[in-house]
Amino acid sequence: MTHGRLIALITKKRAIYYEFEEFFKMITKLLRGAPNRRALLGASAWLPFIPLIFSSDAKSQDPKDKTPHSHSRADSHSTGMTTVGKVDHNRNGFDPMELLTRWETGKVSIDTNGKRVRTFEINALDIEIEIAPGIFFPAWTYNGQVPGPTLRATEGDFLRIHFTNQGSHPHSLHFHGIHNANMDGIAGAGLVSPGEEFTYEFFAQPYGCHLYHCHAVPLKRHIHKGLYGAFIVDPDPKLHVNHQKMALSRQLGTEQNKGWQELLMVMNGFDTNFDDENEIYAVNTVAHEFMKRPIKINKDIPLRIYLINVTEFDPINSFHIHGNFFDYYDHGTTLLPTSKNIDTVMQCQAQRGIIEMSFEHHEPGHYMFHAHQSEFAELGWMSTFEVS
Amino acid sequence: MGLIRTSFALPILLIIAVILVLFTIDPLSNFGQGIPPEEALVIERVTAGDKGLTSIVRGNSRDPVTIAQVQIDGAYWKFKQIPPEPLKLLSQAKIVIPYPWVSGESHHMRFVSSNGTTFDYALEVARKTPNANIDTLFNLLIIGLFVGLVPVSIGMMTLPILRNVGNKGIIFAMTLTIGLLTFLLVDTLSEGLQLAQESASSFRGEIIVWMIAALTFFGTMAISRKSGLAIGGATLSTWLALGMGLHNFGEGLSVGFALSMGNAALGSTLIIGFMIHNLTEGVAIVAPVARNKISLMSLCALALIAGLPAVAGTFTGAFILLPHWGALFFGIAAGAIAQVIVEVGRSVLIIQNKREDNTYAGPAFAGFGIGVVVMYLTGFLVQV
Repeated sequence: MTHGRLIALITKKRAIYYEFEEFFKMITKLLRGAPNRRALLGASAWLPFIPLIFSSDAKSQDPKDKTPHSHSRADSHSTGMTTVGKVDHNRNGFDPMELLTRWETGKVSIDTNGKRVRTFEINALDIEIEIAPGIFFPAWTYNGQVPGPTLRATEGDFLRIHFTNQGSHPHSLHFHGIHNANMDGIAGAGLVSPGEEFTYEFFAQPYGCHLYHCHAVPLKRHIHKGLYGAFIVDPDPKLHVNHQKMALSRQLGTEQNKGWQELLMVMNGFDTNFDDENEIYAVNTVAHEFMKRPIKINKDIPLRIYLINVTEFDPINSFHIHGNFFDYYDHGTTLLPTSKNIDTVMQCQAQRGIIEMSFEHHEPGHYMFHAHQSEFAELGWMSTFEVS
Repeated sequence: MGLIRTSFALPILLIIAVILVLFTIDPLSNFGQGIPPEEALVIERVTAGDKGLTSIVRGNSRDPVTIAQVQIDGAYWKFKQIPPEPLKLLSQAKIVIPYPWVSGESHHMRFVSSNGTTFDYALEVARKTPNANIDTLFNLLIIGLFVGLVPVSIGMMTLPILRNVGNKGIIFAMTLTIGLLTFLLVDTLSEGLQLAQESASSFRGEIIVWMIAALTFFGTMAISRKSGLAIGGATLSTWLALGMGLHNFGEGLSVGFALSMGNAALGSTLIIGFMIHNLTEGVAIVAPVARNKISLMSLCALALIAGLPAVAGTFTGAFILLPHWGALFFGIAAGAIAQVIVEVGRSVLIIQNKREDNTYAGPAFAGFGIGVVVMYLTGFLVQV
């Protein structure tokens, strides 16, 4: 084969290839819905009805239609993003709204040394609770509520917590605070079998916003099924002469303290199908509860939130306020803020802190607050203050 | 007489007695304590439209399922269930979710039951589901014709060629037919079994597919041979056309379903694929009449029997197909195809035996092989 013939052959092959390519381009153009006259005429020899077939397809390829929501006039506002219905708090036996402000201060007595002693009673109970409208969760609880009772004492008080396990598994109370090893609530130190009891004894220290939870294994299951609660230790103003005003405002029952609106918020989650991921996120257990029933805030009184994260399975949770900034006291163990002027704070599991803010200069209205993990917010951890 | 009556009554009384004893002893009492109700739900169809997403769900457990909440893409969303009652075994409900879905993107639905069990469904590519208006129906009609009638008719135009080939040519055409029918049989069965898996497991769709296929096979055999004679010629062609028609109805279902699920992009290549794929069906239909006289009218009728069902299939697939009906239908198609495989095979043997000639083995093997391979290769064009 001569060189010339070879070239001719290749050229011919190419020409054929190009013809094919042209044909495919034409078809493609047709399918893409930009029919020009020539393409139409060319194709008509082959498949005269193709434009008919694809006309509807072609319309949807219009770039205009590519914008979001192009095909749906469905409501895209927050009114759509919600759980549907109402939770029966009476059946649950507790109301997340009441848990915001219910402080358990125990039975107070004075011992022979003149020291204040607080005695608490806590029972572990298995109950089924409604965590979102119509969704029931087989919970393990302290005193039949999730989160458990908010134990509140003053720095230096002697605490005696009498724990009875009426549940079906061994449970304990493990306090985040300063105590001896034998009061730790782990195996051999206050882990209580079903039907048995134990009394935990220690001094309330350090002051701050703390928590307690069950330390029986497996930990993940015992915690996410509901065995946790807040443990708040108010600073003793006598011990903090340099910041006495702040200490007084933190101590429950003082005149200064009455000048604050105090709320307890436990950020939690529930894995309803046991796949180690939460289907429900909330503050104080019930999904979207404070969207449907906004928390009423008096704009003239400053706001203090005891915020605790017990969310299982996710590394962190967070709190974000709309239209305002706050001071934050990590663990609540300082009288001066650890972060000033922030609007979002992040907590790992068991991390907690105190938020202080004011709506004094705001107009009345609804101010949202929620986890700034959009995922958690959309799965229930979305709430509102109604400021007036 | 009295004895007979007693002997009827005895077993019935005994079974009642035994059931009573079973309830009294309650041997199962140790096996199910504290277990939450078993809930199962099947999401059969999800469509996207102006009002958001709509899904058809079906209860699939003995304990009724209460859908407490609905998540779309990991967000709880408003929804409306029609009818609102808990879903009993195999009862069906429509759930409308006013969700601002995004064209061309995926959406994940999760139905949360009252005990927190979750049932997931992924809408792979959200596209607006066409409404059943004149425009859509017309387009579906055209698509159905292109999938079925057009290629079958074109394939049948090979009849003059078949008339001019020798016996070996006929054997080749007939075995080619068997090859492609075998392919269609396997294809139809697997389609049916796949749909059976997607349908509520309580329907036991897989058994339905196999049993209906067997019933159809024996039924069509019985009907076609009711004169006591085996069939051939134009009769065989008719049965072939019927089998193909059923199969094409199935293909129509797939196409219509793909289009309604928003896979229009797939649809365009799909239709051309089906056209090429189904050309051979025309050849198959006319192969038995290559040596017989047949009127043009009869040929037209055969083309209609084989081709038109694709239109009906496209409509059904686009608007009302639910997986268990699909499975049932594919079972029928498989049975009908099996019947024509047997009959065409018999015709081949007759031709061979008449001539007492074994040189047909070569063309027969070639025909069967090419039939299968052609269907397999063109099958690439029609993967939905």
